[in-house]
Amino acid sequence: MNLTNSQAGTLESGDIVVRLAPGNGKGLEINLDSTVAFQFGRQIEQVIRETLTGLGIDDAVVDATDKGALDCTIRARTTAAAVRATGKDVWQD
Amino acid sequence: MMFVPGNNPGMMADAHIYGPDSIMLDLEDSVTMAEKDTARLLVYNALKSIDYGDTEMVVRINPLNTPYGKKDIEAVVKAGVHVIRMPKTETAEEVVEVEREIERVEKEIGCLGRTKIMAAIESTLGVVNAYAIATASKRMMGIALGAEDYSANLKTQRTPGGEELRLARETIVVAARAAGIDALDTVYSNLNDMETFRKEVEFIKTLGFDGKSIINPRQIEVVNEVFAPSEKAIEKARTIIAAIKEAEKKGSGVIAVNGKMVDRPVVIRAQRTIDLALASGIITEEDLK
Repeated sequence: MNLTNSQAGTLESGDIVVRLAPGNGKGLEINLDSTVAFQFGRQIEQVIRETLTGLGIDDAVVDATDKGALDCTIRARTTAAAVRATGKDVWQD
Repeated sequence: MMFVPGNNPGMMADAHIYGPDSIMLDLEDSVTMAEKDTARLLVYNALKSIDYGDTEMVVRINPLNTPYGKKDIEAVVKAGVHVIRMPKTETAEEVVEVEREIERVEKEIGCLGRTKIMAAIESTLGVVNAYAIATASKRMMGIALGAEDYSANLKTQRTPGGEELRLARETIVVAARAAGIDALDTVYSNLNDMETFRKEVEFIKTLGFDGKSIINPRQIEVVNEVFAPSEKAIEKARTIIAAIKEAEKKGSGVIAVNGKMVDRPVVIRAQRTIDLALASGIITEEDLK
């Protein structure tokens, strides 16, 4: 799937910034910077990976800066970045 | 009803902890044009995932005449929102249009009739059409005053006493009562003046409003204190309800309690006192047995 550079989210507490860029043909490369990386880093990466795969994106570079976001926020921000990167709206009729 | 910006995940995650009766996640005025898409996804995922318990969940959508309104409805109906709040409602036709969109989505996912509607009235035309708006759909559960836009439309300004809102408030309460739905008052935004806030809540309760819109958890306690009935009022109401039940068993509709005649309007007021006491958590269903 063709991607352009995109971003969604904020650096407020409880939020996460997800930046998407076209991949290098090596699958999903996720670089995570999180205040809770030690406890939840693996889970955050998993939520990002599952969300992107579910949207049909399997080759991209993801830079995420997390400020303690819940899973639902991670899903929302990742989806928003994907919608912006692909131009395909998840609420299309 | 506590207003929470739809693009602030931290607030959305914590809002129910403070115990408001309902939470309104806002996709309209508190979200910039550039972030409408991300806020919609946040609200959708929050409604799907966060356990808000018994809190009534409301989402204020963007108007249907914007590029966002239909997508907002699709997202929040699919997420299982309890109530969609229409902003700046001016005519019954607007309510019918929103209802049509809700039905379309509900049919698609097989939950026809699940989503309720409430309309914010924020203009002079909306006030003039209040009863028509209140009765435009069987889904309508309440109408609310939005004072900032209304005052601007009236070509006046907000005052501490709220004189400029008098007709709108009374019209909205009367329309809601005639339609058999709830009436909700506008927000009070000066968080540093709790004394005036309390006076305003007392005033709108006297007018007949069912509740107050709030913008901060600090305001919840005042609203609950004002709307919660006193122990004396609860006791009196329980006596009246018990007496009327006894009278009904004997086939009589009119009774006397402590030497005063008790008829239907008194019973209705007593039942409302009991309902408010239950809603405020002062008594439980167990206490009534």
